[in-house]
Amino acid sequence: MSHPLIQAVEKAHLKTDLPELSIGDTVDVHLRITEGTKERIQVFNGVIINIQGYGVTQTVTVRRIVANEGVERILPLHSPKIAKIEVKRHGHVRRAKLYYLRDRVGKKRRLRDRRRGLDTVVPEPVAAETAAAPVAAKA
Amino acid sequence: MPAALIGRKIGMTRLNDSTGKNVPVTVIQAGPCHVSQVKTVATDGYDAVQLAFEDVKARNSTMPEIAHDAKAGLTPKREHREFRLKADQLTGVEAGQLFTVEMFEGIRFVDVTGTSKGKGFAGTMKRHNFKGLCASHGTERKHRSQGSIASHATNRGYSGRPKKGKKMSGHLGDERVTARSMEVIGRDKENNLLIVKGAVPGANHGLVVIREATRLYSRKAKLAKAS
Repeated sequence: MSHPLIQAVEKAHLKTDLPELSIGDTVDVHLRITEGTKERIQVFNGVIINIQGYGVTQTVTVRRIVANEGVERILPLHSPKIAKIEVKRHGHVRRAKLYYLRDRVGKKRRLRDRRRGLDTVVPEPVAAETAAAPVAAKA
Repeated sequence: MPAALIGRKIGMTRLNDSTGKNVPVTVIQAGPCHVSQVKTVATDGYDAVQLAFEDVKARNSTMPEIAHDAKAGLTPKREHREFRLKADQLTGVEAGQLFTVEMFEGIRFVDVTGTSKGKGFAGTMKRHNFKGLCASHGTERKHRSQGSIASHATNRGYSGRPKKGKKMSGHLGDERVTARSMEVIGRDKENNLLIVKGAVPGANHGLVVIREATRLYSRKAKLAKAS
């Protein structure tokens, strides 16, 4: 972990409303996109294959398939450009990094999500996450 | 007195500015520093102020240093640094006076001096950014070599030896380096922190000296004037 004084500096820049994310989660990331002066929200949907770092520098790698081509985005969780993150589904995984998904083609890359069933609804967070719950419910 | 403090580099992180841009920053513990001695032309031949930083256990200090601090009414301090000043800048500065990071209020750019990380004995490619020799074309075991260093006709005449100051392999790092015109991103009076944009010389926990920037390029000079 970082120095306590650095944590003190980062504190003001940390988001408090982030849901609990884990590897293998399917998430909707709401990104703020600025075009000229206009700002709009774009949703990037994919699977978290990597969570890295801590504090304000923490990032997640989200992988999705666009037009049969794998697309990965490394997203700093505490960036103001990320408006919201919604967890759609928890995947059953046995690795901390899901890089093996890169080599999988077709249905094979979906299989792992099915382990707990595709219709597994995200369980509403327990006590610790009650603050985040109403946000998710609204969406 | 112009803004100057002794501090420690705490480490780096990155923060988001108002536009959502990610900014790399260094957190520096700046001060608090006490004035341990005021030097004047009359007493010492030049004008300067000596600042003391960080408490130290008396048993880890030396008698001369403990007595020197005691003369200014201070407890034993670990680090002492002198700052040359002009005579008129000394007015109002007394031994024992306390300076904190509030000194840098309203200052947009600072110079940070530290001791760079030691790299040991380094070749010319790493030390002086030489390009090395060919990867192929018959080059053997000389790919990172510096090439010719001189011949009998150098521009010092027919000396038959390399020119003085020729860039060669040798010790790299562990020397005094000043990072100039670093932008101040924030201050934390409570913890005596100064947050500057970019990297500061030296390892974490290394001693640094922070001063108001002395030379600014036009763009930064304009910004500094505006603030």
